[in-house]
Amino acid sequence: MSDIQIVGAPPGVEGAGFFATSLDQAVGLARANSLWPLPFATSCCGIEFMATMASHYDLSRFGAERLSFSPRQADLLMVMGTIAKKMAPVLRQVYLQMAEPRWVMAVGACASSGGIFDTYSVLQGIDEIIPVDVYVPGCPPRPEAIIDGFMHIQELVKTESLRRRDSPEYQKLLASYGIQ
Amino acid sequence: MSKITNEELLNSINSKFEGKITVVGEPFGMLTIETGTDGIIELLSYLKNDPVLQFIYLTDITAVHYPEQEKAIGVLYHLHSLVNNVRIRIKVFIDAVDCHIPTATVLWNGANWMERETYDLFGVIFDGHPDLRRILNVDDMTAFPMRKEFPLEDPNRVDKKDYFFGR
Repeated sequence: MSDIQIVGAPPGVEGAGFFATSLDQAVGLARANSLWPLPFATSCCGIEFMATMASHYDLSRFGAERLSFSPRQADLLMVMGTIAKKMAPVLRQVYLQMAEPRWVMAVGACASSGGIFDTYSVLQGIDEIIPVDVYVPGCPPRPEAIIDGFMHIQELVKTESLRRRDSPEYQKLLASYGIQ
Repeated sequence: MSKITNEELLNSINSKFEGKITVVGEPFGMLTIETGTDGIIELLSYLKNDPVLQFIYLTDITAVHYPEQEKAIGVLYHLHSLVNNVRIRIKVFIDAVDCHIPTATVLWNGANWMERETYDLFGVIFDGHPDLRRILNVDDMTAFPMRKEFPLEDPNRVDKKDYFFGR
């Protein structure tokens, strides 16, 4: 017997020969289990991410097998490591090049808040320049913590309304970062 | 072992620059002298081109800020004579507001980035430098962050506010 697990069906109406659910949930299910992460790794959190991607922790179990090194094809921006102020415009440009829908994960203390680098040259958290969906604490976080953060992203993706990105709240959020 | 002693080195310098330099000391056996902005390039040029001394290698140019001094910015040159296995440190003190010193790029091309870094962090203006702009920090930074009056901590930091710690 194979012990391969497959993703369960979303809530819906089932009958003989048919299954009905909302488009939101079907799309969310598909997106959540085929996220293409873009690793933006600048320091030690990036090393933890390498462990997360490797066979022992194996992030590909969650459908994130395919890392996208092009922002245009990526769904999830994973920022791992200290972002210097000189790097901030680069990170922002990478975010702008990603197509909607896009999610952002700040991995580790530095990406989330600047960490121990409370100094003139370091950005005090990437949420000063781009909106962040999930913060993963730790310095650096263990691969388990990165996976936990990733599963929170998956949960967001699954439950996101198809119209969220057109909502005035979302436009307002982007406008507060000076995007669009 | 170095081939020439600090005493011989100092005598050689004094034979040409008597009265223009003062000896600061020899911390850890490294001769340290002080001079002014007028003669610094002449002195560096002599040290580099003298057939005996041959200080051909410029190890570093940096600066130190002493806010309590009248001449608050000290520019430091570290030279290394690879042939004689001896090093020397040269200090030049300049005013913190009128922060000018001649460039050493006329002698070493390697001085280019060292002087850009010193300008970036301390605001020392190297007259005659071919391309004196910031090298490490963001281009639109207005302060010189290694000066003592500049606060080390980023003012945008929110998670270190006192009320998070019951203060």
